[in-house]
Amino acid sequence: MSSRGKILSTIRANQPALTAMPDVEPLKAYSSTENLLTQYTTIATNIGAKVYEVSNIDEVKTVIQNNFGTGKRIVSTLPELSDIADTKEYLSDLPIELADVEVAILQSDLAVAENGATWITEDQLRQRVLPFITQHLAVIVNAKNIVATMHDAYTSIGISTQGFGAFIAGPSKTADIEQSLVIGAHGPRSMSLFLLKEA
Amino acid sequence: MSTIQTKDHAELAGQFNADENRVDWHDETLWWIRQKRDKAVNQLPEWELLRETGSKIKEHVLSNLGNYLEAFEANALANGIIVHWAADAKEHNEIVHQIIRKHGVNRMVKSKSMLTEECHLNEYLAENGIEVIDSDLGERIVQLAKEPPSHIVLPCIHKKKEEIGDLFHEHLGTPAGVSDPQILTETARQHLREVFLTRKIALTGVNFAVAETGEFVVCTNEGNADMGAHLSEVHIASMGIEKIIPKREHLGVFLRLLTRSATGQPITTYSSHYKKPRPGQEMHIVIVDNGRSIQLGRKDFRNSLKCIRCGACMNTCPVYRRSGGHSYHNAISGPIGSILAPNLDMEKYADLPFASTLCGSCSNVCPVKIDIHDQLYKWRQVIVKAGYTTKAKTAGMKMMHWTLSSPGIYHAAGKAGRLVMKYAPFAVNNALNPWYKQRDMPKPPAESFDEWYKKNRGKK
Repeated sequence: MSSRGKILSTIRANQPALTAMPDVEPLKAYSSTENLLTQYTTIATNIGAKVYEVSNIDEVKTVIQNNFGTGKRIVSTLPELSDIADTKEYLSDLPIELADVEVAILQSDLAVAENGATWITEDQLRQRVLPFITQHLAVIVNAKNIVATMHDAYTSIGISTQGFGAFIAGPSKTADIEQSLVIGAHGPRSMSLFLLKEA
Repeated sequence: MSTIQTKDHAELAGQFNADENRVDWHDETLWWIRQKRDKAVNQLPEWELLRETGSKIKEHVLSNLGNYLEAFEANALANGIIVHWAADAKEHNEIVHQIIRKHGVNRMVKSKSMLTEECHLNEYLAENGIEVIDSDLGERIVQLAKEPPSHIVLPCIHKKKEEIGDLFHEHLGTPAGVSDPQILTETARQHLREVFLTRKIALTGVNFAVAETGEFVVCTNEGNADMGAHLSEVHIASMGIEKIIPKREHLGVFLRLLTRSATGQPITTYSSHYKKPRPGQEMHIVIVDNGRSIQLGRKDFRNSLKCIRCGACMNTCPVYRRSGGHSYHNAISGPIGSILAPNLDMEKYADLPFASTLCGSCSNVCPVKIDIHDQLYKWRQVIVKAGYTTKAKTAGMKMMHWTLSSPGIYHAAGKAGRLVMKYAPFAVNNALNPWYKQRDMPKPPAESFDEWYKKNRGKK
């Protein structure tokens, strides 16, 4: 018999009587919709992100230019940022050719107040490695797309057909050396979060 | 009767205890992480419901594991992933080796996977001329030191920064004497970036595999799993059969539990959902049994398969904190390792269920409510019955049984003990008594409770 067959038959012989699958609905009752923006900002800041409340895309451009200057490679999936970022050419690069990206500006449609995370899908990345290989990551999310908990997040994103998606919460970090926190392990050295508040 | 006692927890703990300052540091650091866990957990009024739900989901998975594995496989195949099944460590290693050989390369980058530690994949591949570089910072450090990880979440928690500085000086060219974590981490970043950019094959572990979607989720703080996987042409993900969860919405429960329990963070920096290979990329999943289906049949011990590898039981364990991960001589150390290991080899790991005070702290912090300390106690009974304890322990147990079975002998033994400790403490406070290591014997009471009771209350 194949290993697959052997493993499955041993499992079926040994697994206990079927128990019920619990419902996750009762957990959602604890989600509060109050002060999501404040909670999100506090927690995202605690995990090392820099949060900016902006009212339009021009403010994003100003912050990026002030913080990162010019002459460095900036890429973005948002066409409206084409005057400060490469929004097309990077798409035909091999993943390793993105190694010199200084700033990547992405959009997210979902943020989670309880942990400061944003959900980013393959469609919003176009190149999967982008939010990891860039030296600095910037994410724009509409303030009305903040949900309270991970339960609400999965209700919102459903099953989806995307090939890849990630919750990203702050810059990359490690505390492997004597538990000293160091920001900038293998991924971005900083994360800027732009919370778009439409008038 | 067992004669094979290659390694022993008490003996290895003794080596770790030789450096008292290090033990104190280790103890305090892990307790600090335990406190961070408490702080994070206490912010959620629904924490106990979350634990209960997580535990029940895992219980349900174990009761229907065959079907869920088949559903996961079917969905993963439909997503374009190649699925392999490995009955044991050897088969897992051979499958990985075959994939590497097929692509004609001799090196690979690997992010953290306790399963590959369990299977001794690195050693196997090295014997076959394939170089593996571990990309998690802590794992890279222990790899350079030619040691196994001592903790499943914090692989080099037993090392001081000066020792890491020496390793980096020797292997990565940092100036001698540099031990600043910021500088060492930056050095590792540059070194590993070159590795990520030049490796065609990347292997990652799996935190959760979702039956309903055929996707798997990998959690890291450093971003090393993603750097390896997205830059590679071939992504291999190794998972134990127990990593399955039924639905995507269940990730909401487990991602909330995992990092709060592990480090006190609300979530890891990256929780990546891999569903389909990148266009042009080849993606493999290796589903590994290696004794898990046997453990599933052990009624008293099957709950150990609920484990989500957060490490909370280690951080809280008074024995682990003071004996260090290497004293468990198993890929997974601490309380959870001590109930998983005897399933793999009862004789080799006969000592581990005894490396506990049975205080129950591990069970209290476990995010999926595994009855860890009860299982430790039950393994002791199984191991003694099977004859796998050492001669000294068996003799001691027999003496204890004889003493406790008769009130007369018990009282006489108590009186004799108090007299010895009063007039001849050297008879027990010596090198022959392992309990006396790093401890002083307590002052003996003047009388037993029974004697006191008879004198003071007995007449009423």
